[in-house]
Amino acid sequence: MLAVKHLQKTFGLIHAVRDVSFKVARGEVLGFLGPNGAGKTTTMRMITGFIPPTAGTAEIMGHDIQAEPIPAKKLIGYLPENAPVYAEMTVWNYLEFIAEIRGFNNRANHERVQQTIADCRLDAVKHQAIGTLSKGYKQRVCFAQALLHDPPVLIMDEPTDGLDPNQKHIVRTMIRDMAARKAIVISTHILEEVEAICTRVIIIRDGTIVANATPTELKAKSRAHGAVELMVKSTPSDMLAKLGHTASAARVEVYPPLAAQAVTGTSLPRVVVYPRDAAQLSKDIIALVKANPGWEISAMKTLEGRLDDVFHELTEVKN
Amino acid sequence: MDSIRNTKAIIKRELASYFESPVAYVFMVVFLMLIGFLTFFVARFYESGQADLRGFFFWHPWMFLILVPAAAMRLWAEERRAGTIETLLTLPVTATQAILGKFLAAWIFIGLIVALTFPIVLTTVYLGAPDSGAIICGYIGSFLLAGAYLSVGMLTSALTRNQVISFVLSLVICLFLLLAGWPPVTDLMVHWAPEWLVRTVAAFSFMPHYEAFQKGVLDLRDFAYYFSVIIFMLFGTHLVLENRKAA
Repeated sequence: MLAVKHLQKTFGLIHAVRDVSFKVARGEVLGFLGPNGAGKTTTMRMITGFIPPTAGTAEIMGHDIQAEPIPAKKLIGYLPENAPVYAEMTVWNYLEFIAEIRGFNNRANHERVQQTIADCRLDAVKHQAIGTLSKGYKQRVCFAQALLHDPPVLIMDEPTDGLDPNQKHIVRTMIRDMAARKAIVISTHILEEVEAICTRVIIIRDGTIVANATPTELKAKSRAHGAVELMVKSTPSDMLAKLGHTASAARVEVYPPLAAQAVTGTSLPRVVVYPRDAAQLSKDIIALVKANPGWEISAMKTLEGRLDDVFHELTEVKN
Repeated sequence: MDSIRNTKAIIKRELASYFESPVAYVFMVVFLMLIGFLTFFVARFYESGQADLRGFFFWHPWMFLILVPAAAMRLWAEERRAGTIETLLTLPVTATQAILGKFLAAWIFIGLIVALTFPIVLTTVYLGAPDSGAIICGYIGSFLLAGAYLSVGMLTSALTRNQVISFVLSLVICLFLLLAGWPPVTDLMVHWAPEWLVRTVAAFSFMPHYEAFQKGVLDLRDFAYYFSVIIFMLFGTHLVLENRKAA
């Protein structure tokens, strides 16, 4: 549905985006990740036809955004960064304006606006000026603007940025509800969001794609993937030594650190054993625990790995 | 079809946004009060003993110098500042439709304010028998002049995200174009510039074309002049927008 082909953008001497290519199919929610300034917004602006690329292009269901901008834009719903909407207009008037431009004739226009307001839960504020609304509502008005024509391709630049947890939840639920029918691209730097809604992740750094995989595949690259976490009542020294000496283990860490425990007297510390051989580690530890009935272990689990580890590793500025 | 619908939608939105803020009403009241004051007291409408509106139309180019840049300054600068330009230009509208929509909306808005000076016309009709052809002609010239100013204001508004800069720039450019054909200004140039240059600059001036309308002359060349200025400026706006949308 969406094919991005060798996009490049230079601003003077700055190479903001270098050769970015990817495809998004119907039913996919692509998380577009990267640190601030990595080129996420620039890429999205090129895909949506706001700024022209220096080289390359994007195709929306076969329509080249450069060569046929109008047919291409009709297929896109776009939520720009910071959700810019006309502050002096009321929610209703604004959406009616969008509906008119989106080509709904008058009666359909009215119904479409009504429906979108209901979908985006804006009923309570529909006759208020947008400028008087809270950030969460403003974001949803812009969201409504992007969804009004039920576009097959939806591009969202940090859709939950600056929202409180409840508002984030609403926006995510809405995205998840329509994911099956659309090709969606979401840029974000909130990793929990990726795990919550994305089916695939692209990590971009300095304008270049450094990873393109499912969240599970990415997490498997994390050093914590396959690590075993034990919740224990106490940490006898032989326990740490034996765990550390297991052949499939790389390293043992205790949280909170032992020194801190001595001060605060925390009970129930966590012991995390990082793997050398992820497939073998949990079996080895189970065997070890069985062999040492004196260890007081209340819970044990294998970790999937953490996206922020991978993100950090791939995007960290190395000096 | 699409393009007419889009332009119409943008005109409607822009017009509404003038009237949704108090700015529109402030403009109207200030303009009408000032033009009344200038016509009746400064131009000595009653003392002249003539039932015509020359004293009234004389002030339009000067009044527009403030009114029109003020009405035009927000057209693009505000879109840039608030970031709404991104939502607008990623909708299925072309830059031309957006520019035309905004331009026409502002032109209608100014036209409306100028039309509200009708009591002055009624006063004249009541007092004497003015040449109605000359009055209509004067209004047409005034409306076209406002359009030309507005196109300048539109271009300066597209250049910046700061409304004040846009206002000052378009005021200066309009003032220059207004005075370029005025003898004290051309006299400054004759001493060092070749004659063709002086004449070219003077030919760009708003004033001679405006005065033709005030004399009751409808000349195709004056229409052509105003429309060329407008098209040229709007084309410039288009170029600026295409090249620095995200700036």
